[in-house]
Amino acid sequence: MTTTTSPTETTSVVQPSVSPLERFRVPGAFLLGAVLLIGVAPLALSDFRLNLLAKYLCYAIVAVGVSLAWGRGGLLVLGQGVFFGLGGYAMAMHLKLADAAATGQTLPDFMQLYGTSDALPWWWEPFADPAFALAMTVLLPMAVAALLGFFVFRRRVKGAYFAILSQALAAALSIWLIGQQATTGGTNGLTDIQGFFGYDLNDPVNQRMVYFVIAAVLLLLMAAARQLFVSRYGELLIAVRDSEERVRFLGYNPANVKLVAYVVAAGMAGLAGALFVPAVGIISPALIGIVPSIGFVIGAAVGGRASLVGAVLGAIVVAWAQSTLSDAFPAAWTYLQGLLFVLAVGFLPGGLASLGVVLRRRRTQTRTTPTVSTAPTGETA
Amino acid sequence: MTVILNQSFTGISIGAVLLLIALGLTLTFGQMGVINMAHGEFIMAGAYTTYVLQKSISSAGISLLVALPLAFLVAGAMGALLEWLLIRRLYTRPLDTLLVTWGVSLMLQQLARDVFGAPNVQTHAPDLLTGNMSVAGVTLANNRLFILGLALLCALTLTLILRLTPLGRRIRAVVQNRDLAEVSGIATERVDRTTFFIGSGLAGVAGVALTLVGPIGPTMGTNYIVDAFLVVVVGGVAQLKGSVITAFALGVLQSVLEYSTTVSVAKVIVLVAIVAFLQWRPQGLYTLRTRSLV
Repeated sequence: MTTTTSPTETTSVVQPSVSPLERFRVPGAFLLGAVLLIGVAPLALSDFRLNLLAKYLCYAIVAVGVSLAWGRGGLLVLGQGVFFGLGGYAMAMHLKLADAAATGQTLPDFMQLYGTSDALPWWWEPFADPAFALAMTVLLPMAVAALLGFFVFRRRVKGAYFAILSQALAAALSIWLIGQQATTGGTNGLTDIQGFFGYDLNDPVNQRMVYFVIAAVLLLLMAAARQLFVSRYGELLIAVRDSEERVRFLGYNPANVKLVAYVVAAGMAGLAGALFVPAVGIISPALIGIVPSIGFVIGAAVGGRASLVGAVLGAIVVAWAQSTLSDAFPAAWTYLQGLLFVLAVGFLPGGLASLGVVLRRRRTQTRTTPTVSTAPTGETA
Repeated sequence: MTVILNQSFTGISIGAVLLLIALGLTLTFGQMGVINMAHGEFIMAGAYTTYVLQKSISSAGISLLVALPLAFLVAGAMGALLEWLLIRRLYTRPLDTLLVTWGVSLMLQQLARDVFGAPNVQTHAPDLLTGNMSVAGVTLANNRLFILGLALLCALTLTLILRLTPLGRRIRAVVQNRDLAEVSGIATERVDRTTFFIGSGLAGVAGVALTLVGPIGPTMGTNYIVDAFLVVVVGGVAQLKGSVITAFALGVLQSVLEYSTTVSVAKVIVLVAIVAFLQWRPQGLYTLRTRSLV
């Protein structure tokens, strides 16, 4: 977590500083976050609220990937719902099969209702194996992202074109899932999941365990993403975002750089989807279509797309506000959400994380070179 | 044979709707590289204009005829306002415009919900447009034919405006090279606003047409917007004929695939086809030939 051993220290993403206080800022903040998530939150929150927090943390995991691909790489990923959904469905398929096996059935409950045949579809069968299903929650999204990314980036399809394609992918997957009622549960999705690798999810203790798993995964992925940000690769990614042609002239292939960011972000979204299933007990097309896919980007945009902590906090706060305010004042919340988005993206492109920088600069009225954490130009992707 | 012809006609009528929506997008996207997600809500505005007019003018035929220009003005004014308020400030960050206009579209949907209520509403089609025509064994619905005619008329008018009028010349100049246009004395900001007015107005006209084939609701725009954007991506922004060809091609492809598979599988295949197509022509069917690297 510290940048002192990094070989690229002089050009590091965080402005290197000699102050010892600065040196411990990042590990300190990380430790504080870990204490809050693992130590304080479970003690302070009721079971119900902790479960809600677990759900928000899943969105935060997606935001880590969004911060990597969009904040650092300039790839406006409007289809993260696809990868969230693939991970979620992979996990839910296994859990449904395990639930069915626990009650002596061969078919999940919804298949007995809608299904046309008594046999399990061939592509469901491998998911009975827990190791396979777990691997698929990450590998399947990464494979889809690699396939799409390879063809798209290779031909230098970028910017808005890429954003629209990734959005269309989200639309296509949710429409496809809805169409396959007999094998995917259709509009309802996979619901009513009871167990999680032998643990009963109705038991509050096990729900807490799920929370701890999610919080740990989030912290681990944040640490990993942080290392990626300050590595040589992270530098290259920002260079591609800000001036792709120049990177190409320097002898790098921007397509590969972008592909890695896109695939890693997809894997993170897949993992988030997989963890979302035991926390919430459902995965459905409505959770992965166009609107939720944009929702994954919103939190990162409001909090600060290029700042890891900003994106994660933004995702948690927006999700919290959504579920708290949308019940009480549905109409007002929609206006507020739209307005928040217009203001945050339109007038504070670095998100709330850059508020301090922006205010400080305004106060001192000095034109310093912008730090990396301020927003990208948006033209590159 | 009849089946093929029938499916083709269905496809062409899907294509006509896509074309009507995509025409406006081609203009706004081509001009400023702006992805206007609120375009779908301008469609909705056009549809609700028709609905309100029909409440005050009882004759369905007259209200539809009045609605066409009025919806153009209403949606166009909304577009010009949006351009003036937000989009011109985001001129250097086109990708962010996508997200900002999505926020705007959220607010407009809620506004529609508050004003007209959440449930869908219906308009009555004029008697002339409710029947069917039968040509060589193919059943042609009159309302679909009307939309097809309207889409072609709009495309033709727009082409003539772009080709023959001084305004069209200015728009083309800005699309092709904004900086050169500016140093040649074109007030690019004013051209931007006019383009946005026309592009958004066309969305309003599309909204009027959509009242003939479906219900009017706050979220009606979102159903079409992604497909319409795909049309622009595949067609390219340089020439309108790219959008015309693509809209009909995607429409026919979609309906033929829907016939041989299912709606959902057809969507996926169309998307794969688009990605494959972009391998061949990454900037769309008709591209601007420039020496620019980006």
